[in-house]
Amino acid sequence: MNKRFSLPALLVLTCAVSNAFAARTDIILGVQLEPPNLDPTAGAAAAIDEVVYANIFEGLTRFGPDGSIKPALAAGWSIEDEGLRYIFGLRADATFHDGAEFSADDVKFSIDRAMADDSTNAQKGLFANIDNVEIIDPLTIAINLKQPDGNLLFNLAWGDAVILDPASAADAATHPVGTGPFKFANWVQGDRVEIVRYADYWGKPVKLEKATFKFISEPTAAYSAILAGDLDAFPNYPAPENLAQLDVDPRYSVVLGSTEGETILAMNNAVAPFDDVRVREAVVHAINRDEIIDGAMYGYGTPIGTHFAPHNPAYLDLTAQSAFDPEKSKALLKEAGHENDLTVTLKLPPPVYARRGGEIIAAQLRDVGITANIENLEWAQWLEQVFKGKDFDLTIISHTEPMDIGIYANPDYYFQYDNADLQALMTSLNTETDPDKRTELLQQAQQIIADDYVNAYLFQLARAGVANSRIKGLWENSPTQANDLTGVYWEE
Amino acid sequence: MLHYLLKRSASLLATLLVASLIVFVVIEVVPGDPASYMLGMNAQPDTIAALRTELGLDESRVARYLSWVSGMVQGDFGRSYTYRTPVAEMVAERLWISLPLASYALVLSTLLAFPAGIWAASRRGGIADTAVMGFTQLGIAIPNFWFALLLVLLFAVNLGWFTAGGFSGWQSGIFAGLKSLTLPAVSLALPQAAILTRVMRSSLLDVLNEDFMRTARAKGLSSRQAMLRHALRNAMIPVLTIMGLQFSFLIAGAIIIENVFFLPGLGRLIFQSIAQRDLIVVESVIMLLVFAVVMVTFLIDLAYAWVDPRLRQQRR
Repeated sequence: MNKRFSLPALLVLTCAVSNAFAARTDIILGVQLEPPNLDPTAGAAAAIDEVVYANIFEGLTRFGPDGSIKPALAAGWSIEDEGLRYIFGLRADATFHDGAEFSADDVKFSIDRAMADDSTNAQKGLFANIDNVEIIDPLTIAINLKQPDGNLLFNLAWGDAVILDPASAADAATHPVGTGPFKFANWVQGDRVEIVRYADYWGKPVKLEKATFKFISEPTAAYSAILAGDLDAFPNYPAPENLAQLDVDPRYSVVLGSTEGETILAMNNAVAPFDDVRVREAVVHAINRDEIIDGAMYGYGTPIGTHFAPHNPAYLDLTAQSAFDPEKSKALLKEAGHENDLTVTLKLPPPVYARRGGEIIAAQLRDVGITANIENLEWAQWLEQVFKGKDFDLTIISHTEPMDIGIYANPDYYFQYDNADLQALMTSLNTETDPDKRTELLQQAQQIIADDYVNAYLFQLARAGVANSRIKGLWENSPTQANDLTGVYWEE
Repeated sequence: MLHYLLKRSASLLATLLVASLIVFVVIEVVPGDPASYMLGMNAQPDTIAALRTELGLDESRVARYLSWVSGMVQGDFGRSYTYRTPVAEMVAERLWISLPLASYALVLSTLLAFPAGIWAASRRGGIADTAVMGFTQLGIAIPNFWFALLLVLLFAVNLGWFTAGGFSGWQSGIFAGLKSLTLPAVSLALPQAAILTRVMRSSLLDVLNEDFMRTARAKGLSSRQAMLRHALRNAMIPVLTIMGLQFSFLIAGAIIIENVFFLPGLGRLIFQSIAQRDLIVVESVIMLLVFAVVMVTFLIDLAYAWVDPRLRQQRR
């Protein structure tokens, strides 16, 4: 007996001793979706940013963990000409991973490339207001705008606005070369991406020497991979049903945070019956948010009453205005002439929040006399039919872009809300740079869309992460869909 | 034999051509534009148009079909929309996991099924036979993804002998590679073994009643010798047929298992590509599978001739 157990015991002891002396410097993270490519300026997939944002690529500005805007490749900036001209001072010591020096040329190249006619940048709209990019000297650059834009620094923080070197940009999809603290090492398609520490990084060196992103989309597979110790962390964990169980296990810590994802039941404002605000309001009061959060999300999610993130300082809590009130719903439906005769379609994309949430919402609508026929769609189909074709009555979707209330000012957006007052308000917001006035305008906008019951606002998507309890420094919230590893380390 | 081979090759080519047409048409009809999928919700129409041009999606369907087929003939499967890398390279990489996995599973199921089938047939009606038949019923009834989850819980989570999934890569050694394929192979092999055992048993029982078996015994062979020398070989035709079908199934049907074990194989590639509307990858992989199935059937036909000399006679 003794002999059989001595060897493993010795191994465990050796491991424990060596662990006590040196903290680990590598990490294996699980991510749900594999990025289609590694160039954040040429694709929409959030999965790209999950791997490369702040790790491999940097922009002039960047998001901090709390969603604030921080300097990155721009050390500082000044605003001239009444907000029409932004002058950025650039980092003198930044280099690309292939040794090329970073300079104003790279900034001009990257922004011009994103704005070009044949650009395939998924967020080309971020650059629409830029008139031109002007090189003042190798370390100073000016961005001239068509009209003042209070959002510019925010827009430049997106993954779609990172800076690439002209020499390596064409291959960024498979061999990304950035200025970040990690450089790309290896991509085994279908399985993992590996990044390693970049020794000549201009900023504070990172503690991790190596990070591996492993792609696991199946919730059960994610669970067993965490339990088997194949993964050190799963920052955006896909199986909320196991969180309670992992939370009580001292080996893991569960971190709950918020995302930029407003989950809504969108209504087609341009077609009957949802072109009638009474019907929209009836739908809103028919919905019991807590029931959806509990039933579809295992209790993870924050109720919202408008299209805005609760963690944002400008957030207005308008949930009371759309409280669960089935009697009021029935009365409103009767008033609108739809007593018990309303049959609509509810088109659902693949995510769990939509599929499970859709079942619950259909049941809630049935209670007030609306029959919602569920149609399950694949993502591509959803984009084609609902988003592009606007062929839907109701749909459930999480809008994960940060600060995207501006979509309500676009009458051509899929839910087709057309309100001249809001459009004027958003135009003045775009030209406003004073933070207090911006907050005021943002709150007015939130109130307008809540008053018009444009959509039914369900909940802010939670971000639940699971990690080995000795790992510190992972982001709790996700102001953008990234796994910023710059501050991550193992506790000794 | 030459005439036979030529005839078979011609029908093989015709099958592939028809299949390519069907695959192309079916996939083109499926709604969902790859470019708008890739660019997501905030994309502007001119961006989508630019990407469609870049991907060659704005050409006519006929032109795209012809360039696809003529490319494949020259071994060029095109470029993946999402990964922007040659499809042939991607597929080759994935085949290095799926093919060994399928072979591993086939070897395991054969090693289980042959002895079990022979044993059950030689003890027909006895306890061994009943027990084997009972187990095969269970093997057929248990869904392999569920069995796979059980294997993971036991051998990866509780015992820690294997990893829960993923693939270490062949560069880390054959042993490490086989180790990461073991649990998936076992879960794929079990239902296959159950089916194969039943086919083996019933096929042997049929042969045992044949006249030549009586002759063999009359010549003085023991029942074991008669079984191994004469019965087994003659019982192989249905068994080979099933094995051929199973091999095609193993390659195409590993999708669920590859997802449970997050193995970067061909099955997972198809699954991802369909969701991402990476049409060119879906089309090419399906064509490859059609080719594999047709080839396996062809090889099984040749194997019939090898095990049964009478079939060779007819073909001359």
